[in-house]
Amino acid sequence: MLVFHFQKDGPSLYPMRSSSVGHLAINPGRSLKSQSQICWKNPTDAGKSTTDPPHPHTHTYIHAHTHTTHTHTHIGMTSSKIEMPGEVKSDPAALMASLQLMPAPVPNPEIKYTKIFINNEWQDSVSGKVFPTYNPATGEQIIEVQEADKADVDKAVQAARLAFSLGSVWRTMDASERGRLLSKLADLVERDSVYLATIESLNSGKPFLPTLFVDLQGTIKTLRYFAGYADKIHGSTIPMDGQFLTFTRYEPIGVCGQIIPWNFPLMMTAWKLGPALACGNTIVLKPAEQTPLTCLYIAALIKEAGFPPGVVNILPGFGPTAGAAMAAHKGIDKVAFTGSTEVGKVIQETAGKTNLKRVTLELGGKSPNIIFADSDLDLAVEQAHQGVFFNAGQCCTAGSRIYVEEPIYDEFVKRSVERAKRKIVGSPFDPTTEQGPQISREQQNRVLEFVQSGISEGAKLECGGKALGLKGFYVEPTVFSNVTDDMRIAREEIFGPVQQIMKFKTIEEVIERANNSDYGLAAAVFTNDINKAITVSTAMQAGTVWINCYNAMSSQCPFGGYKMSGNGRELGEIGLKEYSEVKTITMKMVTKNS
Amino acid sequence: FSLSLLKYYQVKQNGFTASPQCSNENIFNHNALILFQLFINNEWHDAVSGKTFPTINPTTGEIICHVAEADRADVEKAVKAAQNAFKLGSPWRRMDASHRGLLLSRLADAIERDAAYLAELETLDNGKPYAVSYSVDIPNVVKCLRYYAGWADKWEGKTIPIDGNFFCYTRHEPIGVCGQIIPWNFPLLMQAWKLGPALATGNTVVMKVAEQTPLTALYVASLIKEVGFPEGVVNILSGMGPTAGAAIASHMDIDKVAFTGSTEVGHLIQQASGSSNLKKVTLELGGKSPNIILSDANLEDAVEQSHFALFFNQGQCCCAGSRTFVQADIYDEFVERSVVRANRRVVGNPFDLKTEQGPQIDEEQFNKILGYIGSGKREGAKLMCGGGVAADKGYFIQPTVFGNVQDNMTIAQEEIFGPVMQILKFETLEEVVSRANDTKYGLAAAVFTKDIDKAHYVSNTLRAGTVWVNCYDVFGAQAPFGGYKASGNGRELGEYGLDNYTEVKTVKRSEWCINYMYMYVMHHGKTRNMSS
Repeated sequence: MLVFHFQKDGPSLYPMRSSSVGHLAINPGRSLKSQSQICWKNPTDAGKSTTDPPHPHTHTYIHAHTHTTHTHTHIGMTSSKIEMPGEVKSDPAALMASLQLMPAPVPNPEIKYTKIFINNEWQDSVSGKVFPTYNPATGEQIIEVQEADKADVDKAVQAARLAFSLGSVWRTMDASERGRLLSKLADLVERDSVYLATIESLNSGKPFLPTLFVDLQGTIKTLRYFAGYADKIHGSTIPMDGQFLTFTRYEPIGVCGQIIPWNFPLMMTAWKLGPALACGNTIVLKPAEQTPLTCLYIAALIKEAGFPPGVVNILPGFGPTAGAAMAAHKGIDKVAFTGSTEVGKVIQETAGKTNLKRVTLELGGKSPNIIFADSDLDLAVEQAHQGVFFNAGQCCTAGSRIYVEEPIYDEFVKRSVERAKRKIVGSPFDPTTEQGPQISREQQNRVLEFVQSGISEGAKLECGGKALGLKGFYVEPTVFSNVTDDMRIAREEIFGPVQQIMKFKTIEEVIERANNSDYGLAAAVFTNDINKAITVSTAMQAGTVWINCYNAMSSQCPFGGYKMSGNGRELGEIGLKEYSEVKTITMKMVTKNS
Repeated sequence: FSLSLLKYYQVKQNGFTASPQCSNENIFNHNALILFQLFINNEWHDAVSGKTFPTINPTTGEIICHVAEADRADVEKAVKAAQNAFKLGSPWRRMDASHRGLLLSRLADAIERDAAYLAELETLDNGKPYAVSYSVDIPNVVKCLRYYAGWADKWEGKTIPIDGNFFCYTRHEPIGVCGQIIPWNFPLLMQAWKLGPALATGNTVVMKVAEQTPLTALYVASLIKEVGFPEGVVNILSGMGPTAGAAIASHMDIDKVAFTGSTEVGHLIQQASGSSNLKKVTLELGGKSPNIILSDANLEDAVEQSHFALFFNQGQCCCAGSRTFVQADIYDEFVERSVVRANRRVVGNPFDLKTEQGPQIDEEQFNKILGYIGSGKREGAKLMCGGGVAADKGYFIQPTVFGNVQDNMTIAQEEIFGPVMQILKFETLEEVVSRANDTKYGLAAAVFTKDIDKAHYVSNTLRAGTVWVNCYDVFGAQAPFGGYKASGNGRELGEYGLDNYTEVKTVKRSEWCINYMYMYVMHHGKTRNMSS
């Protein structure tokens, strides 16, 4: 299971998984750790040491492998729950002992791929332009990357069209072999997962361990899941009236443009590549300009796995230039976009103006999280906390409108504030860090501006609310109480570590208020009453509803939005429909029998 | 034990120095050669009785080695292990479906890694040409396991919009302990067909492999352990049908039995289920499959495909095209060309890469086939070629073709399971369809024609689980396979193959509103009035 939160099902080695987080009193302050510790080049904490520089693409353990960890690595990091050694470490000594067995980031990781990937080759941009990519934990530049623009998109589309032409290697390949290639790609990502998690952390600011255990696992499992589907995309034979034989074929759409966001760069890449390739499409993919590095490394793995040239093309670049060129391109048959609702509208409009390319959108949200008085309060507080603060609040699914039933409102606020104050903000490479920086200065400022609007519109700031530290783009974990539905912080997507807690009295009232939003991506309800759970979950206008959990996602389950949170669904069997054209073939027959 | 090894080595030395794929030294040193015991709970056991039986190299008739002989007591042990592995809360029951898939996928990888060794062992024990083991059997094993690996987390139940205020959904749950009895004609492939769907859906398995060909299955057992299947999930027993097989079929704690083999034994299995615990039964049995050649067919292609349809795997295929119906105007030419082709067939040492046909599996089959050839001659069919023994040792039979075969002859009615081709004549489409369907079997059929309407007419009219048009023996893990009538029950492969290993559970739950209404009604004391 791909679980965004780590309390219940996450790897037991991860220190923040316990809902009884008392052990984190080891480092109780939520002030930022000293800047000297925010240093990805020295990922191991003070007090531990690495002796030899480990091989870059292997799991590095700080201590000698015990038998248990050996089993763990042998099976690979894809092990199910049953493979995970040990249970929740509730006392500090056990916790520290378990920390020592955790994989460490790759020190001084080399960044090999910064060019544009077209036709399985690395190319400079036509314009010769490059752009810098940053480490959000320090604000410092990591490296410069080739900047794709319209001319590069043209080249990539040409390559993708050629790879898709009738009789090409890709079009004549057995479906099972497409699956085999995807499966190989998953194996390669697994092989290099520590390296990839290191770069992902470096480039996006998300803490290394959750990146390894959540993002990389999600990536690997999604690729494997769709690998299995390649030869199971069944058409049907249809008992139509008259003397005819009718059958359907699920055919690939053609060249797919895919534009992915910066909040889960690797996982979003897998969500897009998996179904598109399983169905037999070819791809022009643009990663976010903030986080191009891991996606480009995936390009190298795609080549290594043996995908034919031109099947996948990856172009780092900006939305208004490269992204717009993709949305408007007449040689692109379908575009899939994950990002803001604002840009989603532009994409749909552009498709309308050009060639009516198919559009799937996975956009913003302002997801309600409804807590009834009969719920397990410890669970609800922790899940609601993770629901909004996970990934520094940068989740489209963030549970950013928390509706709490009146009798428990004050207690809930109190405990939520306590939990937020305990949150450890710091270097993504510190294994105890729960929250890293926001992605960019721009996002940091935007979040702080929302906080100001909350204060000025009369919400009660319970904690946090300020930037943190001298370098990097950190924001304090922030909680607002007494939030009313008309405030901006209750209506607009903040995409930061800011929790809004509202009060409700009746089930009818909360259903109406929860649905009163342009968005409809996700929702959650916490209650021990099965009838309330069913009533709320069926009434929510949202693509996903969680009951007594939050952000529990997995490749098998469809995900997507009602209303302005998007069009179409990703993941699951239904995710394949978005990358298929159905062809109905009807043939005259001379006789008929049942 | 080392004697067996030595024997093994000698057989290799004497018989098959021609194998270029794998040196004798390689075989001799391979870590696999510990595997002549029963595989229960991821451990190797001698038979409770201490008995062993010899497995024979059909190319020479000599013993390869002795293997532990499972009987009722061993089945008992294996069922206990499988039950234990299936009990609530076990690692296997709690495992993510995707992880079951990953294990199956790793098993496929391990088999692919050891492909050359497994192919050699298969050929040694079964006699099928090495070129075929290596390029047909093994790749299809790997593909089948990978295919079902992918299904593990995609076997979805449904939510169902039932009438009234109820929430209704289905879960696809594993059946439990599955007995699987597999044949000797495709030992590895049949094992994969059985394990793939059973494990993808989360069952545990007690498998009995054919006594003629236990070696490769036992090697795969070691790979099952290597890739990390929990203890007791797969248990593999070598043994005889009337003892170990019968114990499985009548066992009260086996929830399902799947059998591939003869129709005769299929009857016994279904009876045993009925007289024991009504375990679910799926059967993949014999056939006498019609292969219909219309006069407008591409003759060269039809002759070659029909030859392949019958002679592939020494004629030891349940779907063998053993009634070749040829339209009257091309009959003579078809027979003539088929004889030329059969005479060209290379029979010999299965390790020789040029060999098309190896020995039959054992002496019993060898004699049975020769008996059928005798009956064909006696009943008036015209022996066009072959008909005799092809070598002075081993169980080799000449490729044999009969012309002028009539529907009532034994060779046109019974499954021969050998390299003996029957060619029959027909005039019209209606006639041939009626004759083709006039059999107790219904496993497969084929039609060769360029006319799309005729192809549809014949393929829609034949009573058979698989119909090939202008091809024969085309298999894919994606496409279901199984029999109408006495050729079996259920389907293997494809998504359909998962049905046979699934119990569907329907869950219905009252919703908020109906509950509220009940409470209201109860409160006002109207329930009794309404119901009386």
